[in-house]
Amino acid sequence: MAAPRSELPAWVDIGLIPLLNLAVALIVAGLVVVIIGENPLQALGIMLNGALGSFKGWSYLFYYTTNFTFTGLAVAVAFHAGLFNIGGEGQAYFAGLGAAIVGLNLEFLPWPIVIPLAVLASAGFGAFWAWVPGVLQAKRGSHIVITTIMFNFIAASLMVYLINNVFRPVGRMAVESREITGAYILNFRELGRLIGWKLPSTPLNPTIFLAFLAAWGVWYLLWRTKLGYEIRTVGANPEAAAYAGIDQARIITVSMAISGALAGLLSVNEVLGVQHRLLLEFAGGAGFVGIAVALMGRSHPVGIVLAAMLFGLLYQGGTELSFARPLISRDMIVVIQGLVILFMGALEYAFRPWMAALFFKPED
Amino acid sequence: MTPAIELIGIDKRFGSVHANKDVSLAIGKGSIHGIIGENGAGKSTLMSILFGFYHADKGEIRVGGKPVKIKSSADAIAHGVGMVHQHFMLVEPFTVLENVVLGAEGAALIGPALARARAELEHLAHNYELDVDPDATIGELPVGLQQRVEILKALFKGAEVLILDEPTGVLTPDEADQLFRILGTLRDQGKTVILITHKLREIMAITDRVSVMRRGEMVGTKETKQTSVEELAEMMVGRRVLLRVEKGEANPGETVLEVKNLTWRDRKGTARVDNVSFNVRKGEIVGIAGVSGNGQSELLDVIAGIARATSGEIVFEGKSIGALADPRYLRREGVAHVPEDRQHRGLVNSFDASESSILGWHFEETLGRGFHLDRRAVVERCRHEMQDFDVRPADPYLKSAKFSGGNQQKIILAREISRDPDLLIVGQPTRGVDIGAIEFIHKRLIALRDQGKAILLVSVELDEIRSLSDRILVMFAGKIMGERDASADERELGLLMAGVAKEAA
Repeated sequence: MAAPRSELPAWVDIGLIPLLNLAVALIVAGLVVVIIGENPLQALGIMLNGALGSFKGWSYLFYYTTNFTFTGLAVAVAFHAGLFNIGGEGQAYFAGLGAAIVGLNLEFLPWPIVIPLAVLASAGFGAFWAWVPGVLQAKRGSHIVITTIMFNFIAASLMVYLINNVFRPVGRMAVESREITGAYILNFRELGRLIGWKLPSTPLNPTIFLAFLAAWGVWYLLWRTKLGYEIRTVGANPEAAAYAGIDQARIITVSMAISGALAGLLSVNEVLGVQHRLLLEFAGGAGFVGIAVALMGRSHPVGIVLAAMLFGLLYQGGTELSFARPLISRDMIVVIQGLVILFMGALEYAFRPWMAALFFKPED
Repeated sequence: MTPAIELIGIDKRFGSVHANKDVSLAIGKGSIHGIIGENGAGKSTLMSILFGFYHADKGEIRVGGKPVKIKSSADAIAHGVGMVHQHFMLVEPFTVLENVVLGAEGAALIGPALARARAELEHLAHNYELDVDPDATIGELPVGLQQRVEILKALFKGAEVLILDEPTGVLTPDEADQLFRILGTLRDQGKTVILITHKLREIMAITDRVSVMRRGEMVGTKETKQTSVEELAEMMVGRRVLLRVEKGEANPGETVLEVKNLTWRDRKGTARVDNVSFNVRKGEIVGIAGVSGNGQSELLDVIAGIARATSGEIVFEGKSIGALADPRYLRREGVAHVPEDRQHRGLVNSFDASESSILGWHFEETLGRGFHLDRRAVVERCRHEMQDFDVRPADPYLKSAKFSGGNQQKIILAREISRDPDLLIVGQPTRGVDIGAIEFIHKRLIALRDQGKAILLVSVELDEIRSLSDRILVMFAGKIMGERDASADERELGLLMAGVAKEAA
């Protein structure tokens, strides 16, 4: 008889192994830092201090966390349906269009109305940009990985065209829209000023609560609703889904739309909360980081929030590091992040056999 | 005389599973030696150790009296041990000759090896009555001949000892008889045959000696002539089991399901279900017998709404459901379905048992209103079903994959039967299920029949069909070959299964 697949205690599986992978990633990254002639321990110190050593560092960390949580959740929802949505970047970018259209055209409405409308528009535009590949997959069998990647490029070109030719005010040199004043989400420094607190400058704004709410919502959807049950069944066993009479085409399109809507919420943070205008490449790669975040977070909302914080730390600490040590450029930071992704995602199971040998409790 | 193979004190663990416990076995040269045991008894593990797939933790293997180390299948072959797997290891687009040579090419150019193989095949065919056209493409041969190629492969590589793992699972009774004749010839020519099976009848028919395994242990070895089916069955499960199901007369009522001229074509346009008509009434079990792959699976899929009929009509309780057929609609109407393939369809391995126990029925309002799925209701319901069907362990939170085959099947049956269906469609209810659970499952099906429910049963186990069904339909190549009552002669059914209709001609 075949051997049963080794099962590990949960804390090893979701706690120890990721930490071990992270440690190995940091060691290898440290070696790279040594090669370019810097002290890795010092570099690590600068990174940690840059992210955790000040209010400003923390606030940036959570600002990044907000973005990565949205895109991580987006990847996770699709993943539970057995779909690999690589298009979070394009969906988030395209969603900025929704935020800007509402924000720039409905300025006469009071903010408690226009902000929710802009949020819905962001989600809706993001959902649409993922729904189209979903339909192509469900009805025509076009592979979702290919179509979502292509949709990233289409979104990028389309947005350049629209921002340059439609949104850019006449006579302005910078390729960006005019300021969005109506759907303006105040950041915490501005909010603090309203009640007389003085806080350092920060991009962090209440959208982070929306991110946490979205994480809870995804958990509820997947494990406490019938739709979530169907999504997970289609993802885990399409044959069983067919047997159960679950409409797979519907599940594919619906879960892609939900995935795109989550990615689209990134533009709430960036367009409405930080930049206050539509500008080029505002998603800044967060859509791709979301893939790593979802992998590391095991596609579970709690894991995703934690993984998003870790990547927030790497981003913020990395930025500080490239300021402090010119030898370690922005690109080096990307290398380090890439190593983390490699060990957390691609080599996820590298240490599993050893752990299995270590933690097996022989019975009988 | 030294035995051909001796296994001494073989011990093997897979993590917490003790698959072989200090197993010793001697197999006489020039004999057919059967090894029987329930699923999970450790017979396949033992043979995999002998063939070098697994490595024993402890113990010694002797071939022809000499201790040997077998670390891979190449070692096993070098020591003259060959294996015919349950699932054939053949390359379908290759010819017989190319398959036989596979792994024994000998040089970069294949020409000389093929020429040598052709000569050798002729020789083998002559000696052992193993006739196969060397230039036929494997994919086009019937399974019985494919199996013959597997045997030829092993012999070509110099096997003196041949292990066959559940060889008759895919064969018609006729093909099985042919296989037994071949095995007899091999023995008479001095080869040693080890036959792994769970079919007692085969053991009685062709083996010289038989060893029984139970829960990883070797229970005993008997001369086949001096034992009986009952004794072996008792050794296998450790207690007396009912081989026949006790059941009273059926009291069939009105027709529940009527299938009229149903045809289903696959993508290539081949009619896999070909103009099939029959009905199932309240309070009876209609069994569909047939060798696997003769359209039974497709027929079940069409009736269960998973596949759509190409032509023909299905009438359920007076309503024609052809166009409406989707599994959820049918469940609402009172059709429950135990699928043939429980691993791939019946449940989701990565789900908790409680989640698998609502598969297909998750739309029910009792499991949560509207959008919401009430986890507590799901778990409670699962707990009840587990008690009712004696599922072990009765833990709704355990992953579905962690239950044994029999308990997985009980979870599925509980799910479907507890919905109080008017019609239950059951495919292979006891495939890969141990004897204790088979008995339980059979009793529940009979009980359901006695409640006046209609049951349509598909099984490739003729014994199962014969002991459960009130009426038997035999399918061959997509067609219904005939209908017989439960007392039908086994040989006659076997002929129908092989496509030979008595009345025809």
